[in-house]
Amino acid sequence: MAYQYDFSSVFEYTPVLLKGIGVTIELIAFGAVAGVALGIACAWVRTQGPVWLRAPVTAYIELIRNTPFLIQLFFVFFGLPSLGIQLGEMQAACLAMALNLGAYSAEIIRAGIDATPRGQYEAGASLALSRLQVFRHIVLKPALMRIWPALSSQIVIVMLGSAVCSQIAAEDLTFAANFIQSRNFRAFEVYFVTTGIYLALAVLLRQVLRMTGRRLFRRAAR
Amino acid sequence: MKRRTLLLSLCAAASILAAPLSHADALDDIVKAGVIKIAVPQDFPPFGSVGADMKPLGYDIDTAQLIAKQLGVKLELVPVTSANRIPYLQTKKVDLVISSLGKNAEREKAIDFSDAYAPFFNGVFGPADLKVASAADLAGKTIGVTRGAVEDIELTKIAPESATLKRYEDNNGTITAFLSGQVPLIATGNVVAAAILARNPPKKPETKFLIKNSPCYIGLNKDEPKLRARVNDILAAAKRDGSLSTISQKWLGAALPKDL
Repeated sequence: MAYQYDFSSVFEYTPVLLKGIGVTIELIAFGAVAGVALGIACAWVRTQGPVWLRAPVTAYIELIRNTPFLIQLFFVFFGLPSLGIQLGEMQAACLAMALNLGAYSAEIIRAGIDATPRGQYEAGASLALSRLQVFRHIVLKPALMRIWPALSSQIVIVMLGSAVCSQIAAEDLTFAANFIQSRNFRAFEVYFVTTGIYLALAVLLRQVLRMTGRRLFRRAAR
Repeated sequence: MKRRTLLLSLCAAASILAAPLSHADALDDIVKAGVIKIAVPQDFPPFGSVGADMKPLGYDIDTAQLIAKQLGVKLELVPVTSANRIPYLQTKKVDLVISSLGKNAEREKAIDFSDAYAPFFNGVFGPADLKVASAADLAGKTIGVTRGAVEDIELTKIAPESATLKRYEDNNGTITAFLSGQVPLIATGNVVAAAILARNPPKKPETKFLIKNSPCYIGLNKDEPKLRARVNDILAAAKRDGSLSTISQKWLGAALPKDL
């Protein structure tokens, strides 16, 4: 007997899906901004920062890059309350995503910084700029430009990885899909639609990042 | 040729195994044999699981022991799954099924049931200091629930608008959310609440109100009125003298409900 497709049973839940999309966008917007900021800070510490900070930052990066995101998320949400830190599911999800992206982007950005020619630093020094000024104005921007495509990919990966935030009852797109599936048992239709939405979100996010990159590096590229 | 002999002998063996057992009264047979065979779960704590010494233990096992003791016969436990427990009974591999069996119309066509012997229900649970007596009292409160479970579907219908349902992926998520204080209340089964109680948490989940009640019954074959009457007598006596309540307290962390 052929399976009778019934997509209308999914679109009955359009408000739930829309809310899920909103939460996913919220998660990635916060996660990406905080994560990249954290990544830049960590990359600076690892390349030029104070020596005493390098070991803890390296430890953080290695810890995050060598453990599953789901476990990090569970630790933040279910584990931290034991230490008296009670975070709601959105706060926990945002924090976990920022920590996760921070570690990965730190390594990507560090690669970009490492590729900066020696002469650029010397040029900066000859202009009597401080080390932080050299980093900000001379090193960071070309470094970010070099690694922007890699960083964009990492942000998209983290956005797709945000699906596991549904596990702590954050009501993101995956939560919406699972919720609808638990009500209408239309697994094929629900996950088909959800896959399409994630695909669209990822393509859209890449476009946004490409445009952001173009705007950020317009002058540097010329 | 060889294959044909094998096939023939297999057929012969099958026909012997399938030969109808002479029908006598089940209770008489049990007493005569001095052994009662009871199907119990081993994958469904706290009703039935396997202990560290590889021996089955749980609510259902204790109930089976109670029945055997009152009948004055030896007990032979037969581990079953929820899928094969009724076939085991129908093919007379066991005399009784004490395997957290719920009653429904379909099952009642196939087998008979004793009186209820164990409470099994979904409800809302929370610590003693939180005053909740009905769904209306959930207004403004946050309740953890396992997504797609019966209690999720039911609570979604009856909870007031201002109540927030946090839906977790599985029972473990719901349990952990309660234990870590992420949600003050949970809607779940009394079995799950018992699993939380067993961990001796600072906040003990108490039953606030029932969502759906489907107690467990002992399953037995059709047309065995004597056995059924005897089992019911034993259960009634055990309810009166509190021995069934002791089992309930031991495995579910709560006394037997009065109306069971």
